Amino acid sequence: MRDFSYLRASSADEARQAALQAGSALLAGGTTLLDLAKCGVMEPETVVDITHLSGLGGIEVDANGARIGALAKMGEVADNVGIRAAFPAVSESLSLAASAQLRNMATIGGNLLQRTRCSYFREPAVFPACHKRNPGSGCSAMGGITRNHAVLGTSDTCIASYPGDLAVALVAFDAVVELGGRTVSVDDFFLLPGNTPERETVLERGEMITAITVPSSAAATNSTYLKVRDRQSYEFAAASAAVGLEFEADGRTVRDIRVALGGVATKPWRVRGVEQALIGKMLSLETVETASRLAMEGAVSHGANRYKIELAPRVVARAILKVGGLA
Amino acid sequence: MTIMEPRKHGDASDGMVGGRQTRFEGNLKVTGGATYALEYPIEGVAHAVLLQSTIPAGRVTSVDTSKAKAAPGVLLILTPDDDLGLMTASDWYGNRPENQPYHPLPREVSFNGQSIVAVIAESREQALEAAKLICVTYAQTPAVASIDDPKAGEGKVMGNLTIGWGDAEAALAAAPIRIEGEYSTPREYHVAMEPHGLTVKWDGDQLTVWEPSQWSHGMARSYSEWFGIPYENVRLISPFIGGGFGSKGAALAYSAVAAFAAKKLGRPVKLAVTRPQNFTSYGGRAATRQKIKLGATEDGVLQAIVHRGASETSTYMDYPEQTGAATPILYKVENFSSQHRVVPVNTVTPGALRGPGKNPSAFGIESAMEELAYKLGMDPLELRLKNYADHDYQSGKPWSTRRLREALTEGAAAFGWSKRSHEPRSMRDGNQLVGWGIGCGTFPVIQAPSEAMIRILGNGRVEVVSGAIDMGQGTYTILAQTVAEVFGIPVDQVEVHLGDSRLPGSAIAGGSMLAGSILGAVHKAATAARDELIGLALSDEKSPLRDTGANTLTFSGGRIAVPRDQGPSLSLPELMAALGRDEIETRRNTLPDGATPQEHHQAWTTMAKVQGPTMGEFSMHSWCAHFAEVRVDEDFGTVRVSRIVSAFDCGRLYNPRLVESQWRGGIIMGIGQALLEEGLVDQRNGRTVNNNMGDYLVPTNADVSDIQVISVGIPDYGASALGGKGVGEVGIVGVAPAIANAVFHATGKRVRDLPITLEKLI
Ligand SMILES: Cc1cc2nc3c(=O)[nH]c(=O)nc-3n(C[C@H](O)[C@H](O)[C@H](O)COP(=O)(O)OP(=O)(O)OC[C@H]3O[C@@H](n4cnc5c(N)ncnc54)[C@H](O)[C@@H]3O)c2cc1C
Ligand code: SF4
Repeated sequence: MRDFSYLRASSADEARQAALQAGSALLAGGTTLLDLAKCGVMEPETVVDITHLSGLGGIEVDANGARIGALAKMGEVADNVGIRAAFPAVSESLSLAASAQLRNMATIGGNLLQRTRCSYFREPAVFPACHKRNPGSGCSAMGGITRNHAVLGTSDTCIASYPGDLAVALVAFDAVVELGGRTVSVDDFFLLPGNTPERETVLERGEMITAITVPSSAAATNSTYLKVRDRQSYEFAAASAAVGLEFEADGRTVRDIRVALGGVATKPWRVRGVEQALIGKMLSLETVETASRLAMEGAVSHGANRYKIELAPRVVARAILKVGGLA
Repeated sequence: MTIMEPRKHGDASDGMVGGRQTRFEGNLKVTGGATYALEYPIEGVAHAVLLQSTIPAGRVTSVDTSKAKAAPGVLLILTPDDDLGLMTASDWYGNRPENQPYHPLPREVSFNGQSIVAVIAESREQALEAAKLICVTYAQTPAVASIDDPKAGEGKVMGNLTIGWGDAEAALAAAPIRIEGEYSTPREYHVAMEPHGLTVKWDGDQLTVWEPSQWSHGMARSYSEWFGIPYENVRLISPFIGGGFGSKGAALAYSAVAAFAAKKLGRPVKLAVTRPQNFTSYGGRAATRQKIKLGATEDGVLQAIVHRGASETSTYMDYPEQTGAATPILYKVENFSSQHRVVPVNTVTPGALRGPGKNPSAFGIESAMEELAYKLGMDPLELRLKNYADHDYQSGKPWSTRRLREALTEGAAAFGWSKRSHEPRSMRDGNQLVGWGIGCGTFPVIQAPSEAMIRILGNGRVEVVSGAIDMGQGTYTILAQTVAEVFGIPVDQVEVHLGDSRLPGSAIAGGSMLAGSILGAVHKAATAARDELIGLALSDEKSPLRDTGANTLTFSGGRIAVPRDQGPSLSLPELMAALGRDEIETRRNTLPDGATPQEHHQAWTTMAKVQGPTMGEFSMHSWCAHFAEVRVDEDFGTVRVSRIVSAFDCGRLYNPRLVESQWRGGIIMGIGQALLEEGLVDQRNGRTVNNNMGDYLVPTNADVSDIQVISVGIPDYGASALGGKGVGEVGIVGVAPAIANAVFHATGKRVRDLPITLEKLI
């Protein structure tokens, strides 16, 4: 591990100033940063510790929605009574993520910014070719072990999937990232790889996530996060779905539905096609299954990840049926 | 340390030996008081890190260390250009090539992840950083990535593993019912919680090594041979080990590198192998392939087994993962043929991992037997009982004990097997398909000579001293129990010293042979010490027991007394005080009388004196039957093991609590093998890419449901002095096929290649 200097920021402004310098990185829970530093993927010269800053923690939930401070811990948010009541999918996405130890350490801001689990990305000494790490160098994953790679939102340069769970729930419910000076919807916050897979978000150098807000909705209140994987816990999703549903007064016709996918796309993946297909429809096994297939529009597989194209719509369907009271 | 509840002496379930004593060293471990190899605070220690090859095959043409040498803190860089002046050490059996230099950082690259350079610096961070500045140039040669690589070819037949009797091909052709299947298992890894590594220190030509070890004496021998120093000059210390599972039985290339660096620098060196490097610094279980054909009569009597197996090995050594190891002894069959090939590929030489050979072998035959059962429309339990082997058809010898029938029937009863519905896909729970399956397992009883020392101290404490090791399986505890029983004292009056090559010799903690081997020696030494004490007590004029007219004494409840007598009774310290002794020491071994010093050395430091399961008049094995219940979500292909009942015949249990824990551990590893574990090899460069614990998945607590273990064994005094058979390895054997069979029963889909990941079922 490279020697680095350590700066404990005493104010948000100081942190931003320090973060403006090339080679600096903000340190929150450190569970991504240290991991990737050990792998030789992130080698900051200056680590700017933001964990002592006040005003960046806290979770507030009221009738309009929730505001979650960037330094709130994954575990705290998962267990927050207000979040559990108004945004079950958000709470579940966190409690199904990582392990208890990590959830106690890791923050919400850091969570959004976790990096891909692409094995080739994580071993620079053995696989120098990786556009995400080193633009223009190639992609080692294509033609290699691709079981966990994305089938949606991929490009010719990168097929790495976004591994996180929380952002999937957030994108389903139109959450917004507060960056101090400006706000961006979670959907717009994450970028497709395109020709610049090294740019994963719209975050600019010197910017910091200060909070995340999630507007209330009936769909968010009746929501779930379904995560499918081989191991029962402590594994990233093979495919996951965040779904929220609001019925019309008849209790059967869909007024509002939100669907987002995880584990299968290069960014948290809202599937409006599925939503549109169901709004105004009566919920039934058949309508759900037909609509869920639309989630895979544009999907492309690369070898071993082919199964995701089959699996993901089933996960979506099960999640919709669950919140719709049919499963 | 908890005090044993008083127990009657006697049979397997009663005595001190046989009691459910909790782990002797448990408190130390959970309170952080147990010091592991890399935790010794050694002054002035320098830190070594390894740089490994990033190509699968070729030659190191140059190593540019100029930048690294100039980096802060760097003390020494070792490359293939350096002749370390080491000599090749003996193999497991003590065979040693003459005058063959040893290059632990070889120029020839045989696999991706082979150590080629070591950097030693003041701090580990400095060493790691400097290692990144090193530029290695290779001349690459064509490689074979894995057994699936078309270039791998058929490999070579291991003649000594060809087994046959009767005329299997003819009997198969004549059999009215036949099935045929191809079964495969991937590369699997030990992934012990404690990664490999060592700390080494020289004092003149005396070498001390702190290294996790399953065999302190055998590993000490390697160091003495590499460096050409007397065996006595090496001291390998390993009192606690954070899991070995077969990976910590040998001193390896990095061990030699660290010891050399320490010598060269004249200061202690610590080398921690990183987690990714743990995947290539020693071998995991080889990937295997098996073709099995079974022939049977219409009513399910086996007529023939034809087995063809193969396993990966490295390009520089033939290590067979014996796929035909369980196949010949599980069932009664008059016609049998088995062959095993090794297929050289560019990998580190594979090694022994829990249940070596037997484990993948059982996956093949136990899957095939259920395939036959379904073909016959017969209950798989009935098929197994119908073809029960009354003796060992391979060796022709009678079993010493074989309670596999009891394991099958009692396991079935506990599981509720009779409520099974035969048809696949016929059992459900909500939207989950439920399935039941059986897998039998076996592991041979292996023994090696061992030695132990007993010291009765003046304060009444009794020490038992052995170089044997405890990697969590319970050596400390059962040694204490054995000694406590012999002296009739509570276990907390016993002190156990283990894990040091300077201490009396011992069998390796591997192949499930340690408990049976070492207890024989400990029991012998303890009995001898007691006899000596009795002799003194009855003859020494200072002894209050002298004039009692007794010709022996009883040891019970902490008191020493004359049998059936109301006369005087003394505690151990009282007797020692009366005798004016502050120590009585005995040392005993289980070698034949009159063994030479050379034979002693050979016995403790090589495998040459290891006794196999059929070397005597009997065929001796542990046995088990696993019953698994799975729930499969068919939409997602996910399998959850909801219940396992396993019945074991491991003879007499020296400590049921610890044995059950070993069995459960084996079963849990079996769940991982069935559903999760797989080294993913990039076919382009032979690299195992999921070389970390985030990506190489082993079961979490959530994956482990209800496990019930049952003992159906009886003491087997043919198998060991105290009647036990091995318990450590057998637990995993047969679990994966039980789960695969249950998955078939649940879904109607037969998965013949492990692990059963979700994409195989959707
Ligand atoms: C073994 C393992 C398993 C895991 N499993 C899962 C899983 O199943 N699901 C899942 O969702 N996640 C999983 N994770 C990822 C985990 O959730 C993230 O590592 C964690 O949330 C990151 O948060 P942190 O506070 O530790 O971030 P840090 O490591 O401190 O920071 C991560 C990145 O974000 C930047 N950063 C941090 N805070 C801010 C801020 N406020 N503003 C701007 N930049 C910031 C840092 O500079 C750094 O680049 C797993 C991680 C591990 C190691
Ligand atoms: S998929 Fe993306 S992250 Fe992975 S190797 Fe290719 S470019 Fe790098």
